[in-house]
Amino acid sequence: MNPMRTLATAGRVLMQIRHDPRTIGLLLIVPSLLIGLVAWIFDETPVFADIGPAMLALFPFIVMFLVTSIGTLRERRSGTLERLLSMPLGRGDFILGYTLAFGLLAVAQTAIAVAYATWVCGLEIEGSIGMLFVVAIADALLGTALGLLASAFARTEFQVVQFMPVFVFPQILLGGIFLPRDQLPDVLEVVGDWLPLSHAIDALTAVSTGDEDAGYVWLRILFIACWIIGAIVIGSLTLRRRTP
Amino acid sequence: MVNNAIEARGLTVRRGRTTVLDGLDLTVPRGAIVGLLGPSGSGKTTLMRAIVGVQIVRGGEITVLGERAGSAPLRQRVGYMTQQASIYDDLTVRQNLRYFARVQGAPASDIDRVIERTDLTGQSDQLARTLSGGQANRVSLAAAMLGSPDLLVLDEPTVGLDPVLRADLWAIFRRITDDGATLLVSSHVMDEATRCDRLLLMRGGDIIGDTTPSELLESTGATSAEDAFLRVIEASEKMPDAAGQPAASGNSRDDNAPPHASHPDAQSPDSRRTGQRLSEPAGPAEPAKADKPHGRHGRHAGGAQ
Repeated sequence: MNPMRTLATAGRVLMQIRHDPRTIGLLLIVPSLLIGLVAWIFDETPVFADIGPAMLALFPFIVMFLVTSIGTLRERRSGTLERLLSMPLGRGDFILGYTLAFGLLAVAQTAIAVAYATWVCGLEIEGSIGMLFVVAIADALLGTALGLLASAFARTEFQVVQFMPVFVFPQILLGGIFLPRDQLPDVLEVVGDWLPLSHAIDALTAVSTGDEDAGYVWLRILFIACWIIGAIVIGSLTLRRRTP
Repeated sequence: MVNNAIEARGLTVRRGRTTVLDGLDLTVPRGAIVGLLGPSGSGKTTLMRAIVGVQIVRGGEITVLGERAGSAPLRQRVGYMTQQASIYDDLTVRQNLRYFARVQGAPASDIDRVIERTDLTGQSDQLARTLSGGQANRVSLAAAMLGSPDLLVLDEPTVGLDPVLRADLWAIFRRITDDGATLLVSSHVMDEATRCDRLLLMRGGDIIGDTTPSELLESTGATSAEDAFLRVIEASEKMPDAAGQPAASGNSRDDNAPPHASHPDAQSPDSRRTGQRLSEPAGPAEPAKADKPHGRHGRHAGGAQ
């Protein structure tokens, strides 16, 4: 590992995206549009106040998962990864470079989504906006880390798209959006309690209602951070210099 | 001081259930353009991947510039150009090279040098996806040249190029060796053999010839490299094998057991189709293949040393 090579990789990924304005547009705007749609659906009802914070967790997570997993898969398929691994690039440089680059994009995306949800859609945030940012960014980084991991198991573009339902849908279903987790069957409740997205949803809900103290939120951020680190470590282990 | 750029002994590689290289021996001298020639499916890419250290090797030894292939110090001394142009489509030529230079630890001044060397000055600010196939290939070559590696491993760099571009590329290769580097260049176009200093002829996962272009033509009496290669294959199949091979090896393969039946696990589909018949010693018995000394048919059949 070498900070210069990590930064060079992050810079290169961002440069690639810069040459693709449509992707930038989609990345930055789509989550906000979807949040706007949800708010519109539940217009005249109190539902958006309940699930709005969860939406802030959901869309950036999904979008970052998709772009990261496809981005790294492209690298495997184009032969550039093979070239890089025959060069003095550490596996950690590669993974962290991607995490940094997409992490930065996640910050921008989240900022827009939060601003849109609060100012345009009227989502009430009782707690600190700063804390809301921290959670939302951790959540987008989680999407990035899991996307990196998923791409390690995919050989084709078709497969990597199929991994989205595998990695993402169970977390949405068990995260407490459809039914609060304490009302789920026992087994599912336990599973849901261990999934990282559940904690992101809890934390964002807590920040917006202002019901819990900062310790509660930080504990959830810590839990998400453990998942991010775990996914990055496993992801870099699955990235082999020598392949069959 | 190590005299050879690459030495391999008993190199064995399996990909999936296929044995691609089976106990291959190889010596590549320093400071020369060495051509690795053979039909597609003969194991050239696998051998090159083993040399740069990205291939899982099942057995045998491979030493590059005096160090174990793929070891960390070699990553700065070996340049690798994969078969497809492995560059980023959505970056300009210069941005591609700037990134690879930073990864390689090459000075920034190297970027201009390799751009100039590969005649890409006019395209340096163009997006890679807008380049022609030949230009993209040259960007990939330029990236491999960053940091002036001692050994360049180039996998079919001239494939799909017109004759003029091919000639340009070979001129670039010659300039690189003039600077003291060693080039291992694979090709399935036999005509390119005459541009190399040394030749390794590959067939069905074996080196069946280690020679020079003039020796190849002389010893086979052929007028073209293509013809000579066919004769080497013929010779290697007809040569009565000394070391305890079944007597069947003198027979024509075709009226023996069908080739598919004799080596169900051997090589890629491509080489199974033709390679068996041409270059494998008859041996209907599987074990005969396992312990046959490799390089044997070739080295002598090719007429070199």
